Amino acid sequence: MSVPNLRRANAEPRWLRWLLTGTGLAFLFFFLALPLAAVFSEALNGGWSAYLLALKDHETLYAIGLTLFIALFVLPFNIAFGVAAAWAIAKFDFRGKSLLITLIDLPFAVSPVVVGMVFLLIFGAQGLFGSWLSAHDIKVVFALPGMIIVTLFITFPFVARELIPLMQAQGRDEEEAAISLGATGWQMFFRVTLPNIKWGLLYGVILANARAMGEFGAVSVVSGHIRGETNTLPLHVEILYN
Amino acid sequence: MKRVLPGFGLSLGCTLIYLSLLILLPLSGLAFKTSSLSLTQFWDIASGERALAAYRVTFGVSLLAASINAVFGLIVAWVLVRYPFPGKRLVDSLVDLPFALPTSVAGITLATLYAGNGWIGRYLDPLGIKVAFTPLGIVVALTFISLPFVVRTLQPVIEDIEPEIEEAAATLGASRLQTFTRVLLPGIFPALLTGFTLAFSRAIGEYGSVIFIAGNMPLISEITPLLIISKLEQYDVVGATALACVMLAISFVLLLGVNALQWWAASRGQGGHHGRQRVSL
Repeated sequence: MSVPNLRRANAEPRWLRWLLTGTGLAFLFFFLALPLAAVFSEALNGGWSAYLLALKDHETLYAIGLTLFIALFVLPFNIAFGVAAAWAIAKFDFRGKSLLITLIDLPFAVSPVVVGMVFLLIFGAQGLFGSWLSAHDIKVVFALPGMIIVTLFITFPFVARELIPLMQAQGRDEEEAAISLGATGWQMFFRVTLPNIKWGLLYGVILANARAMGEFGAVSVVSGHIRGETNTLPLHVEILYN
Repeated sequence: MKRVLPGFGLSLGCTLIYLSLLILLPLSGLAFKTSSLSLTQFWDIASGERALAAYRVTFGVSLLAASINAVFGLIVAWVLVRYPFPGKRLVDSLVDLPFALPTSVAGITLATLYAGNGWIGRYLDPLGIKVAFTPLGIVVALTFISLPFVVRTLQPVIEDIEPEIEEAAATLGASRLQTFTRVLLPGIFPALLTGFTLAFSRAIGEYGSVIFIAGNMPLISEITPLLIISKLEQYDVVGATALACVMLAISFVLLLGVNALQWWAASRGQGGHHGRQRVSL
């Protein structure tokens, strides 16, 4: 009889569990499930054929292409630097490590609008490099390079943030074993480290990708809203809505 | 200490170069640009009537949204970790939705949901509650946007609570409520505060989702990022720079706060042990 008693002492009474579960689920229902349902209901408002027709619109197709291009372009940078940062932070001890982590987190905390603005100030017509860029006929702001740069900025922390706790928890034993058995650095990385972190890496990449494709504020500032040229999908949504 | 593992110089070097080029240099560019303003000029712009109203809306609404998320996020995280129910994995993955949904889509969707003829708005409208195109709408949008932060910060911490602690409290005669407030909550609290601060800092900077649901009336429902944009669109680069600098400074402070919190939580975990040892001595 002592076990059920202990159970009861260690768990909430049934009514409270139901109340909490109900409250939590109701909150998620109103704030997540309903909006999600509304997205699909709005999209398919005129039926499938109207939906497909809207997708075939030239500018929409262009916006989809541009969004995918930027996301794919940013991907290798995120993977390379995310893994490098996580490797340095998780496997080694050095001074200023917590400062480095704070700096990596910075893009999470800075408002996307401010990010866009910063690059406008640097590469824009009156910006720091503005005259040099226009003298060499290079367009960064209101063009693809600017949009890629802000997307790189915005998505920088995701992979590293996902990998650091994972690699810290895994410790260095397996890698040290590989090295002491004679593996080269890259052999160790591809045979030991990468298989260990692949799911975390994938999750980080997915999050970064979702952010890259969905980013609105920062891209909106540096894109200049040129239809059929610098219009990504989230920006095109705004135009269609208005 | 001799390092056995290779690649320290390479990985740290790459990280530092990339970080400096992409993040530190641009941000210091903003500070540099601001320094061309005189202090009185900067102060005039940063404390103008419209700017002050925008701060008030931004911070008030973000604080409210982050608080809502702190309360309900704690409940959701607790339920997701502790109680079994059908469809739990689906619900769990749904929590990441605000990370994945483009903010402009989120804003438009919430605006249609809460508009007078929307699914939710049509029930609130007869009660005299207007959500879309009012500051209340901003609360809804920001709650949506920052929802995952509290839940995702708390989940691993609640999972890590060792059952022995609760059992000990229960055998020593604590009621369930006492166990929660005296034993569990102190352990969860740093993570809760971290999640709250993360949600708050995300909410302050949010732009995409808010502009569709806020109505954007100057002095009433205009947020600071929107004010920056509208200054930029009027080619008032100086004004936009000053406001951006204020926002950037606030982001720095909040971020340092989060890191200090995590450091505090970590050192308190160890400090607690020492404290107990000292008592037993």
